[in-house]
Amino acid sequence: MLFFSFFKTLVDQQITVELKNDIEITGTLRSVDQYLNIKLENITNKESIRYPHLNAVKTLFIRGSTIRYVHLPKSAIDVNLLQDAARKEAMVSK
Amino acid sequence: MADSFESTEPLDLIKSLLDETIVVKLRGAREIIGKLHAYDSHCNMVLGDATETIYQINDSTKEITPIEKKQSEMIFVRGDSVILFSSPDLDG
Repeated sequence: MLFFSFFKTLVDQQITVELKNDIEITGTLRSVDQYLNIKLENITNKESIRYPHLNAVKTLFIRGSTIRYVHLPKSAIDVNLLQDAARKEAMVSK
Repeated sequence: MADSFESTEPLDLIKSLLDETIVVKLRGAREIIGKLHAYDSHCNMVLGDATETIYQINDSTKEITPIEKKQSEMIFVRGDSVILFSSPDLDG
């Protein structure tokens, strides 16, 4: 639940999602669910040469399990708050 | 169960590494070094000031060479890609 809550605080931020098949998609995080499925809006596709079919798409849903990384804006994250939340999560999940 | 057993659960290691620099080995011959800010029981993680190194493994000579380095100021790593993690300081 920690990362579900974490991603909810990042709604409306610009993020870059890197998928396990190496596609990178940048866009505005519109919503997230408990599986860390992600809805991105206003996407820009850095690899339009390799994947031109993504050029026509503005909004998309990404299944959480296909995600490798999410690159986040440092300015949007309170690191101390995040670490405290992680410690609390470690306590309750025992 | 006795306290001494509880305190040696595998995930307790990662708990003590919060706010420390760790190295994470990932599927696809990748490795990330960064400061651990958060994790959960799936080994999902958030790392700060992270450096990702992608390696190439030569099939015939078994030689491992780094082919790409990428920087990220803040990165979320999905747990299902994680193989292992450790602290560079743990052995020192």
